[in-house]
Amino acid sequence: MSNETWQWQEDGCTVSRSTQWSGPGCHNGCGILYYTKGDKLIKVEGDATNPYNAGRLCMRCLNLTEAVNHPDRLKWPLKRAGNRGENKWERIPWDEAYDIIEEKVKSIKKDYGPESIIGMEGTGRNIIWQVPYLTYAGFESPNYTLGFLSGDACYLPRAAQQAVMQSDFFVTDCAQHFETRYETPEYEVPKVIIIWGNNPIISNGDGFFGHWIIDLMRKGSKLIVIDPKLTWLASKADFWLQLRPGTDSALAMSMLNVIINESLYDKEFVEKWTAGFEKLKECVQEYPPEIASEITWVPKEMIIEAARFYAKNKPAAIQWGLAVDQQVTGISAAQAITSLWTITGNVDVPGGNVISKSGFNVDDGYNCGIEWVSEDTLQKRLGNESYPLKMYGFASTAHGDSVLKAIESGKPYPVKMLWLQTTNPIANMGSEAPRVYDAMRKVDFNVVVDLFMTPTAVACADIVLPAGMSLERDSFRAWFAPLRAISKIIQYEECKSDEQIVLDLGKRLNPAAFPWKTVEEWLEWKFGNAKDHYPDAFQIPWSGKTYRERGNTRGVTFKELQERGWIYADWQYRKYEKGLLRRDRQPGFNTADGKIQLFNTLFDDWGLNPLPYHEEPPESPYSAPELYKEYPLILTSGARSWEFFHSEHRQQPTMRIFHPDPLVTIHPDKAKELGIKDGDWVWLESKRGRCKQKAKLAATLNPKVVSAEHGWWFPEKPGAEPILFGVFDSNINNLTAQCQNGETGYGAPNKGLLCKIYKVTEENSQVMPTMQVTKMGGFGYDRK
Amino acid sequence: MTENKASSRNGLLIDYEFCTGCHSCEVACMKELKLPPEQYGIRVLEDGPRKTPKGKWDWTYLPFPTSLCDLCEDRVKAGKKPSCVQHCQAAIMTYGPVEELSKKLAEKPKMVLFTPV
Repeated sequence: MSNETWQWQEDGCTVSRSTQWSGPGCHNGCGILYYTKGDKLIKVEGDATNPYNAGRLCMRCLNLTEAVNHPDRLKWPLKRAGNRGENKWERIPWDEAYDIIEEKVKSIKKDYGPESIIGMEGTGRNIIWQVPYLTYAGFESPNYTLGFLSGDACYLPRAAQQAVMQSDFFVTDCAQHFETRYETPEYEVPKVIIIWGNNPIISNGDGFFGHWIIDLMRKGSKLIVIDPKLTWLASKADFWLQLRPGTDSALAMSMLNVIINESLYDKEFVEKWTAGFEKLKECVQEYPPEIASEITWVPKEMIIEAARFYAKNKPAAIQWGLAVDQQVTGISAAQAITSLWTITGNVDVPGGNVISKSGFNVDDGYNCGIEWVSEDTLQKRLGNESYPLKMYGFASTAHGDSVLKAIESGKPYPVKMLWLQTTNPIANMGSEAPRVYDAMRKVDFNVVVDLFMTPTAVACADIVLPAGMSLERDSFRAWFAPLRAISKIIQYEECKSDEQIVLDLGKRLNPAAFPWKTVEEWLEWKFGNAKDHYPDAFQIPWSGKTYRERGNTRGVTFKELQERGWIYADWQYRKYEKGLLRRDRQPGFNTADGKIQLFNTLFDDWGLNPLPYHEEPPESPYSAPELYKEYPLILTSGARSWEFFHSEHRQQPTMRIFHPDPLVTIHPDKAKELGIKDGDWVWLESKRGRCKQKAKLAATLNPKVVSAEHGWWFPEKPGAEPILFGVFDSNINNLTAQCQNGETGYGAPNKGLLCKIYKVTEENSQVMPTMQVTKMGGFGYDRK
Repeated sequence: MTENKASSRNGLLIDYEFCTGCHSCEVACMKELKLPPEQYGIRVLEDGPRKTPKGKWDWTYLPFPTSLCDLCEDRVKAGKKPSCVQHCQAAIMTYGPVEELSKKLAEKPKMVLFTPV
């Protein structure tokens, strides 16, 4: 093995050091060694020299050979040959596919305006700047969004709230910004870590290698886990707060109540670096522990003790996750949780919540290329008309629910084309999946770019393009530290990298915005290099966000990064003291007055709640008691599995050996009451629809709560309708809803709805949900 | 078994207190030994989650090497760690001479030492 070079020979294989991101993949970007012979992947190993994962890999990466060498991969461009849903395709050359797309885009732009084209991707993976750039600079449309994601409820509520409150991203400090990691002299191990609404060891959300938590536990960190479900981490925690889904805001406000009223907060920090503390103090009086206990179902004493434990042990960090976003008060919960680490002074200090930056700032994510959208067109971004956060530029996407409504109603203007790049909305990203299915089929022209033939592609695509997997593309990972190279090592059939596809099309659609001859040259532009070669591409400012400076690697080229594998940028603690956060280089946070806004004046100006508050989920035992009689269980869904990333990995035999079926977890007492045994197939039903999963009995939940899996489809079943890979049969998104957002437009109550459960029998299973949706018009309820 | 073998025997020390049940060792091993479906060189056993009479939760995973484990003889010869040890996400596995590992075994509770071959 050699650290001198990124490629070498070993056992008759070429070994290449790179980063595995996606697809297929997750929100990590682990150092990996690919062993290849010619264009075939033989095996993978973790890269022990890469400080990010230090040689460790999860089972999905270890099983990459089954993904990369899978016979069902898309191999060349396809044009629909039968009707939508028939799964009949004709192989066409790339140029023909591009010709068709170019002609359609140009005619739609001419007849309906660029805003009638929607660019979509799945969750934020290695297309987070490429698809936005294609949408904004190629289509010149303002409508880039995450596959119908209701309430943009995946990190975006937290991101938007942070943008307004203090303008930077905070992460739990696991020394991930230093190449020397835990050995870094100024680093401190958090005494306490709160794990809030996620199970990081499985979910690895947002560039966070979840097992760093285990590293820290072994170095002495104690845990507080806030989760309706007993996770393995919760079983090891000093405090497990088993809250009712959707009540995070009330719990956080009550913890603030204890910390403020018992004077356990950091007075010096609050005085110097925050604004609005007195108003927050007044507001938390509405949430004394006895009231919060009634709302959240967490015992009063537990709230008090956990709040004290967090406040009294410094440094302490909060590792938060998706559950924060997936409630109507997503923004509010995020504000309350941010207030916790703020008033305790755990801000940008060793072992606290620290301000992260993407590697050398080269990642401007969802806004990449927005300067190519004209001012008039930008105002037409779907959702702007209803939500000030969107209108005033604190949001980086169109609003998923507003896109859905525009397709359904043709208002405020018709949607004529969907560009779906590695997103599979009817299997995963869209809640109320049958509704999303109907909407997508209504659109005149749809293009799907993906790794495999998905239910979404069969149901609605007119053109399908094959994307290369991670080791088939030159790219990079900058979210967060370090900046990592992703190298093209093999070529699979006619697949092209996402970058190449976007560049090819962009050059046809708007050549001025795509001056680069090769992907590598485009990457140099992202790195802030090659200014002399492409002066035109630099004339327009980097991004719509005036407060964030354009990234640059200070001359490091893509080839150099590839050789080195990764580079850590300079990174410091207490940046607010050092003038490192503001453009004017003055100390403080990047807000108007330089302080963290505990009272959100901008929200106040816009008529939104300036302080955190609890609002009942729209379908809860308290807000909808009549509904609760018919659907007496609280449904949460979306907990991650080791084997799968959302709707991916279902075609890999090894993953299905470990996890063959979709599982719904039910408390044994509740199951007994319902006559359900472990391993029984059961129907889960809400007022919108039903799906079938297998019962797993575990006392890890409150008996009134059940937890179902998401993302299930069955690649082993036929693709043509009415089977459609069985995509609706076990789909929990038959039960969830679109268009139930918070006042900001953000947040969706998908982790806290009402359902009932009953055993599957022959007579109640005559019509399977996929048949019901594809051939019988769906479940027949009023769509709101 | 010869004296020589006994003095040079290697083993796996596992700090099972922090095993998260992530299956990385199982899949790493399958790939390394090129095992057919549903064959394992190491398996992860699970106890719990179970509430103890003291009101605490017991939820423990325990990886143990099966008869197919050869302690990655070929990898070790090539200067690498056994594949399960290298890839364990919780980094709780140590490979080495039994003599050295037994000293470490005494350093903290909830550890186990396996000698598969």
